[in-house]
Amino acid sequence: MSTSDQQAAQPRLAVPELLIGIGLLACAGAVAWQTLSIPVSPLYSKVGPTVFPYITMVGMTILSLLLIVAALRGGWQPEEEKETPTDWKAMGIVAVGLVANLVLIQPLGFTAASVVMFVLICHGFGSRHPLRDVLLGLILALAAYFGFARALGVNIGAGFIENQLNTVVDSIIRMLRG
Amino acid sequence: METLGHLAHGFSVAFTPVNLMWCLLGTTLGTAIGVLPGLGPALTIALLLPITYQVAPEASFILFAGIYYGAMYGGSTTSILLNTPGESATIVTALEGNRMARSGRGGAALATSAIGSFVAGTLGTLGVAFLAPVVVKFALSFGPAEYFSLMVLAFITVSAVLGSSSVRGLTSLFVGFVIGMIGVDLQTGQPRFTFGMSQLLDGVDVIVVAVGLFAVGETFYMASRRYAGKDEIVPLKGSLYMTAAEWARSWKAWLRGALLGFPIGALPAGGAEIPTFLSYAIEKKLSKHKEEFGTVGAIEGVAGPEAANNASAAGVLVPMLTLGLPTSATAAIMLSAFQSYGINPGPMLFMTQANLVWGLIASLFIANIILVILNLPLIGLWVRLLKIPAPQLYAGILVFATVGTYGISQSPIDLVILYLLGGAGFLMRRFDFPTAPVIIGMILWPLAETQFRRAMTISNGDWSVFYKHPLSLTLLTLAFIGLIGPHIYAFIERRRTRGPEHVPGDA
Repeated sequence: MSTSDQQAAQPRLAVPELLIGIGLLACAGAVAWQTLSIPVSPLYSKVGPTVFPYITMVGMTILSLLLIVAALRGGWQPEEEKETPTDWKAMGIVAVGLVANLVLIQPLGFTAASVVMFVLICHGFGSRHPLRDVLLGLILALAAYFGFARALGVNIGAGFIENQLNTVVDSIIRMLRG
Repeated sequence: METLGHLAHGFSVAFTPVNLMWCLLGTTLGTAIGVLPGLGPALTIALLLPITYQVAPEASFILFAGIYYGAMYGGSTTSILLNTPGESATIVTALEGNRMARSGRGGAALATSAIGSFVAGTLGTLGVAFLAPVVVKFALSFGPAEYFSLMVLAFITVSAVLGSSSVRGLTSLFVGFVIGMIGVDLQTGQPRFTFGMSQLLDGVDVIVVAVGLFAVGETFYMASRRYAGKDEIVPLKGSLYMTAAEWARSWKAWLRGALLGFPIGALPAGGAEIPTFLSYAIEKKLSKHKEEFGTVGAIEGVAGPEAANNASAAGVLVPMLTLGLPTSATAAIMLSAFQSYGINPGPMLFMTQANLVWGLIASLFIANIILVILNLPLIGLWVRLLKIPAPQLYAGILVFATVGTYGISQSPIDLVILYLLGGAGFLMRRFDFPTAPVIIGMILWPLAETQFRRAMTISNGDWSVFYKHPLSLTLLTLAFIGLIGPHIYAFIERRRTRGPEHVPGDA
């Protein structure tokens, strides 16, 4: 990190690292904007709600500038990462799966949305057995739903599938209790 | 021997059938997630945090501690058989362990790592039992200024001193600070960093952050690297019984590893990487079989680092329980579990929650015994877990990630934040930013702020409290040395060797 070596280093700009640095600088800007919009009561002068946000803002700014400097001086990516090409298509399909889950979870309920996401992510990772994945996803989603919703008492969005099954489970429990 | 009395009491808590069941469940689950690449104890405990609304604190901490210890055992299995470290702390184990497996001695490697983990885990837990009360006595004299300075020291050590780059480590830490401050400031009632969104008033749940960074981020990362080539599972060969020669070569390495791991873990710096690497270097130096290192695999190179790893995992519990100072992502999430019960870890914990603390420590001894049984005779079961294909594994992880996140408040906003953090987690993984400081930062920053305000209120707004108290000054000085020292050292080294070439990755 010493500046005296600067002239010796071959400066080659690392674009991805530079974008990260700029993105973090933008975050620091957002932190500054949000910090300045915290209302401070004049009655409360000792340590108000803005002291730590200011510290964070200054720290973020300095660090993002240091990262930008590092990016201008060649970046810091590990060699092994640089040599591996990123599989954008696989990542894209995974992202589509996540968005599908986000969009479907309220109208269709957790299980149905999870099955769609499960199949898409499997496809992104290269699985070519959609029917088997549907089945696996369904089993897993139901296990997760009943494990968390019924055993842990976590309220997860119930849709058509869950409501039907809940009725069935409740009636079985009632039957067992006689 | 006050501690022995407490321990006896702790065993009476831990030996109830219900708590034994939680311990068994935790260790089994922990081993499984340790074995599975892509799942870690921090993520698992985060997903299980809702359990804190359902069961007594003793039960959930026995469960979490079982997961924590179990993941250390399971992680080494993956390192040895797959050469993909299941946990960052088991990177070193992969070095020699995988070579041993390739040369047909996988059984011995698994045995020395499981028994070594048991020996070191038990020694480390004894260390917790005997060291914690000492630290508690010391910590009772801490005022808010000392606590604040101690947290500053921990911030520096977990982000800037450990890891490959202090700038990137600190960046992660500050991102954690920002996330930690989102929501209503508890002291003044002012909303902060909410961008005017009412959904953010309650802050961002640690579950969302942990799941986003560790589960979603990891899934993106693995999806992006399908060209990277896969590691093959080495079929388990060789007897699980170690020969007399292998015992002779292992036991000293276990003890040395444990002696190295526990103190480093117990320092307010934490981290299992340093003691495992140190142990590896020492074993390599002391070994009479140097030619086996890096070729067919040396058993000392598995035994030492594995022991160091488990002892340091135990050590991390000392600052967590006695000072409320988490130094790993898992410890930070356990701290948020304490908060969820309204319990503040710290010196008072040992007085007000003696059942909980000593029951937890006693359960760690039991967990170690269960784990060595789970991981030796039942090893075949865990090897089968390694065969779960990646597509279904990661898709399944995300189903559970959705449950954990959506279950918090059924708000799609949480899912949006989860996926954004997942994207950030991918970039962090890809560009070598450590993720643990984010979690530690978000949990600890608000606590540091509270202590800071307390100190300033007591001193009537006089900043000098932080450097007039000798202990506080010492801690801050150490933090400053931690931040600046390595750079000065590197600068002097470079001056001396006159090697002005630019090293990528020194930012």
